[in-house]
Amino acid sequence: MAQLNPEIDHLLRRAGFGVSAEDADTFRDMSPAAAVAYLVDYEGRPDDVDARIGRPDHVLVATKDLFAPDIDINDARQRWLFRMIHTRRPLQEKMALFWHNHFATAYSKLAVDSGERQGAKMLAHKAGVLRGPQGQIELFRQYALGNFRDLLVQVAQDPAMLVWLDGKSNTKAKPQENFGREIIELFTIGVGNYVESDVYAAARVFTGWNLRGSDDYRQDEYGDLNAYQEFVYNAEQHETSDKTFSFPIYSNGSRTIASRSESAGLQDGMDLITALAIHPETARRLARKFWNFFVSEIHPPDPAFIDSTAAVYLQNRTEIRPVVRHILTSPWFTDPSMHYARYSWPIEFVVRGIREVGWQGFSLDRARSPLAAMGQQLFEPPNVGGWPLGANWFSTGTMLARTNFAATLAASQKEFLGASLTSESQSPQALLAEMLARVTPAPLDSAPQQALMSYLAAAGAWTGSGEQLNTRAAGLARLLVGSAEYQFV
Amino acid sequence: MAVSRRLFIRNGVATVTFGLAAPSFLSAIAQAQGLRNRNLVVVYLGGGNDALNTLVSYQDAAYYSRRPSIAVPAGQVLQVGTDAAGHALGLHPRLGGLRNIFNEGRLALVQRTGYPNSSRSHFEATDIYGTANPQSSTGSGWLGRYLDTLPRPLDALAAWNTTGETPRALLSGQSGVPAIPNASTYTFASPNRGSAALEERAAAQAMAANPANGRPHLAFVNSTSRGAIETLDRVALATSYTPTVAYPNNGFALALRTVAGAIVRGIGSRVFWVQTGGFDTHAGQGGAGGAYGDLMGSLGDGLAAFYGDVRNQGLGGDTTVIVFSEFGRRISENGSAGTDHGAAGVMMVLGGAVRGGLHGTAASLAPGNPTLENNSGDVRYETDFRSVYARLLDQWLGVNSVPILNGDFRAGAPAIF
Repeated sequence: MAQLNPEIDHLLRRAGFGVSAEDADTFRDMSPAAAVAYLVDYEGRPDDVDARIGRPDHVLVATKDLFAPDIDINDARQRWLFRMIHTRRPLQEKMALFWHNHFATAYSKLAVDSGERQGAKMLAHKAGVLRGPQGQIELFRQYALGNFRDLLVQVAQDPAMLVWLDGKSNTKAKPQENFGREIIELFTIGVGNYVESDVYAAARVFTGWNLRGSDDYRQDEYGDLNAYQEFVYNAEQHETSDKTFSFPIYSNGSRTIASRSESAGLQDGMDLITALAIHPETARRLARKFWNFFVSEIHPPDPAFIDSTAAVYLQNRTEIRPVVRHILTSPWFTDPSMHYARYSWPIEFVVRGIREVGWQGFSLDRARSPLAAMGQQLFEPPNVGGWPLGANWFSTGTMLARTNFAATLAASQKEFLGASLTSESQSPQALLAEMLARVTPAPLDSAPQQALMSYLAAAGAWTGSGEQLNTRAAGLARLLVGSAEYQFV
Repeated sequence: MAVSRRLFIRNGVATVTFGLAAPSFLSAIAQAQGLRNRNLVVVYLGGGNDALNTLVSYQDAAYYSRRPSIAVPAGQVLQVGTDAAGHALGLHPRLGGLRNIFNEGRLALVQRTGYPNSSRSHFEATDIYGTANPQSSTGSGWLGRYLDTLPRPLDALAAWNTTGETPRALLSGQSGVPAIPNASTYTFASPNRGSAALEERAAAQAMAANPANGRPHLAFVNSTSRGAIETLDRVALATSYTPTVAYPNNGFALALRTVAGAIVRGIGSRVFWVQTGGFDTHAGQGGAGGAYGDLMGSLGDGLAAFYGDVRNQGLGGDTTVIVFSEFGRRISENGSAGTDHGAAGVMMVLGGAVRGGLHGTAASLAPGNPTLENNSGDVRYETDFRSVYARLLDQWLGVNSVPILNGDFRAGAPAIF
């Protein structure tokens, strides 16, 4: 149940998407410290993954006509899955997924508001492919381990967010509360640390933070793909009165953003965002989310972990890279009892399954419906609070969707698995041992191991060749990926 | 066989004579059901439904002055009479199906439902409706606690959640609820055929049977696997159901159609959770038409199809539907021709046993009126939502509501049965 050693496997499941055959070569002789540095300081690795889409030794993408991941949401989903499977920067993709859940924005509303292609573009456009700002997911990739305060500013001015939480219609006559509420309740300090009047004040702070369309922008499906919407500060729509909060905005303890002129009013938002970013409850809230994301969902956060992680965050002026480095090298993370102590997200489950079982001839489009049935479609979180995590992923229906995906994947790899296992097929025991070196569930008790051996024994006299090997190797892959033990990372 | 099962379910254990001939799950259901079978379908409108545009106080001048671009014109509402305080009320024009049910006396509209100091957070408010405790939005849910009162062992399909995630209302200490959003994919797939596939299913079942002592989280996932495998065949029965009416082709209606299949096929589920979203109408919500009109159209058409289908099957009197949302919306429209998070809402209860009509009173929407709160921004609640739950528990499901709701909320409950 290990590919390299338990410590590195754990690190790669949490800070990446498990160990593929490629990774095994990279990490085999690395110390845990070197592996953390490799993952965290990822700028040393090329960001060349998109250029490898379409290469025959990679997982496939499938599309109706031209693959257009900048303007077609299903293609964008496939591109992101492709990146998770083949990236040389796994932690960057992992953090992009974390931020996608943290700033959960759903395509469906953008598509209704701006059309399907513009909606997809707002989420997934890679800068430079077309005119207009980069999509939200590229922002999360850019700031994966960047500065949280700066990320908040970018998110507050992100076209997708301005549509999603209605900031585009936030005007002085009718301040819009949606973004003002969620930036406080969900993106930073959290419930229990603010009062209702803070929401109203925040709505006024962000008045005039609107959108403008390029000259050729039309709200329909047939406009120019190069048309776009972008953030604009509408000074004349900014509400200029004082805004007072229940928490300090400035380092002198002042809780009031003093009245500014319309033309200077953009600074109101900057002041509020900075105050929210450096609020101690934001530090603690992020630390708790990181505990659940990186360390454990089945152990409550250790207060000492929260304190130390929040301190690293604040001492480093809201930089995330030192925080994640701190976590991955901390005694909490490396404690062996934290191995497999987190429920796998459906996306993680699918990506790790593909990386471990194989991808030859497998098209990512085949993961689309199964992922929806498992409860996680990229770019379609259920609401701004993100996906309900942990045990919430699991119900009979979603578990069946997982096991059935395991069956689909195993069926697609049947011949390849069989061919790759010929030398390990001397006995059922040898076959199971080899499969467990590739496909990595949490440790199996003796009862499930017995069940797997019985499954192999049911094949009758073991010949270890041809059809028997194809059948049983695929069956084992299905049973292992579909096991309860595999649903943990 | 399907007919016998249905009779069995409808008439209850007292009339069962085929004993050992019945599959084992049926006897478990019979135990759980006692002497009667009543279904409860809970419909959650996600996002905070704009109650003032669902049930319109169309003679209130303030309704029109405060909602200049989203008010439903008085001439278009579907009139349902006058409440006890003399407010003339009408349903949204896209709720024609519900108005018919109202006219049959089988739709109860409970106005101004809520609780003190209504939360404006979707998540907290949804959890409060789930826990039935405004002081705590964490912990078990009211339906979960109801399921906990049923005899053990609890049938794995005693309740059926048609969404992917388990809502707080269904969370319980002891009773897992299967989530089956798409019954047609609720099957066991294998990369192999024939005997190898059957052997795989046996192996999967044996692996899931591992109690995983000392690893409760693994045991939990194993239990969901077991629940899935054990319920496959019965869920297939529900999906093979042919309805007596045409359901609209949207996710909400199709979920209701599956619920009807489960009820008619008598597979043993009594409590169903259905939800539909899109009610967080901050911008461009529309009045009689537009986005909100579409929401009302799919809500009303779906419910009407379900009501008619179940009634055609002779099971209308066994089935009650309750519709709720986590809060209502603000009285005045905002600058985006939408509405922001508000307070009291409207609950709807429908079914063949329901005492229909207008319950409670509408707020007078003119500023300064005592039925308003937050500087006249919100509708103040009049009926505690827990009293509606209490009535459902006591008089429909036949259990004592007090321990389930952690309090006696019978006083002031609307007479919906």
